[in-house]
Amino acid sequence: MAWEEKPYHKIPGTYVFDGKRSANAYKLNKMLFSFNREENRKAYEADPATYADKYGLPADQKEALLKGDFLELLRQGGNIYYMAKLAIPAGFSVQDVGAAFHNIPTDDFKQHLLDQSEDFQKKLKDREGYWHG
Amino acid sequence: MAKLIGGITTSHIPAIGNAMASKLEQDPYWKRFFDGYEPVKAWLAEKQPDIAIVVYNDHGLNFFLDKVPTFALGCAKTYENADEGWGLPSATHFEGDEEFSWHLANSLVEQEFDMTTCQEMLVDHGLVVPMGLMWRHLGHWPVKVIPLAVNTVIQPLPSAKRCLDLGKALGKAIASYPEDKKVVIIGTGGLSHQLQGERAGIIDVDYDLECMEHIISDPDWLARQSHSEIIEKAGTEGIEVIMWLVMRGALPDHVTVKHKHYHAPISNTGAGVLLLESPEAT
Ligand SMILES: [Fe+2]
Repeated sequence: MAWEEKPYHKIPGTYVFDGKRSANAYKLNKMLFSFNREENRKAYEADPATYADKYGLPADQKEALLKGDFLELLRQGGNIYYMAKLAIPAGFSVQDVGAAFHNIPTDDFKQHLLDQSEDFQKKLKDREGYWHG
Repeated sequence: MAKLIGGITTSHIPAIGNAMASKLEQDPYWKRFFDGYEPVKAWLAEKQPDIAIVVYNDHGLNFFLDKVPTFALGCAKTYENADEGWGLPSATHFEGDEEFSWHLANSLVEQEFDMTTCQEMLVDHGLVVPMGLMWRHLGHWPVKVIPLAVNTVIQPLPSAKRCLDLGKALGKAIASYPEDKKVVIIGTGGLSHQLQGERAGIIDVDYDLECMEHIISDPDWLARQSHSEIIEKAGTEGIEVIMWLVMRGALPDHVTVKHKHYHAPISNTGAGVLLLESPEAT
């Protein structure tokens, strides 16, 4: 048995969701999917450990979950869209989650977004046909 | 005969849905972004399409990982939105067009695109946010909606080229529908963003603008790129740009660019808008 190597596996700091990740964290993602329903979000909030056990999470994934360690959940195979169903109702923004992956304050992460976009209006003017308001 | 009168691209970021729900259009953070949709809304108001095909990906509302269709076509009479855990208010239901959907399914499968057909299908923010951007001001949806969901969530995804080719087949399918209908196609998602990992937060304005230009005049440029190449530039979730190729493939080679709009950042994302009119529109 062998998992196929893909070029995207070599992109640093990046965990492209594929069969290998999904196979490793199917139960975790299934639990996260259940958070589409408010009653399940509430049941989890009331007793996270019992809720995780109901879905049969492996010990290392349960530990990362209970610690709120987003990066470890991602490394274990958590899918980011499913992880959002946990993080957003818990009061995190996608910027908070991004900052957590970098281990930096949210304001620094937001500044990082602004820095990369800083001169976009100049770039639009250097090209033809863009709307400028 | 049905006519594809134009194609539109837009991001479908959940934060846009929240901003619309909270009426933040005039807020300084949002104003330039939303103002850039006004020409698209005016064009839609003038052209009055009957049907909108919305190409989007489901982010874990209708499809879980137990069953992931590469290409899924809505063939229902109506479509509901629902709680997806992201705090977005649920939209009112959308009317479909079963005869048109099944015509597309028949034609696409004849052309060897083996679609998954869905007669019950919840539609998530990937479809709902673009619909709101185009038509929320009316208080009702003035078009029949045909959802076309592309797997951009779990590898293996369809290649960029396959998405362009699906669009070409879709263009033929639309043109062969016997009833007089005006159709628009909306390609959603992107542009550059990565929500996950230590590389979260990348925005690549240069790559986004290259994508917008090439979608218009040389979509093969994007269709030639591998997923790894696109993800390297546009980020893991920026791969959604392959859905713009479905839109582009459906249109004729020569289109009139009616509108180009770009803004960054919106949430974690570079947000691009194109309005491409086909000669059929006039
Ligand atoms: Fe998306």
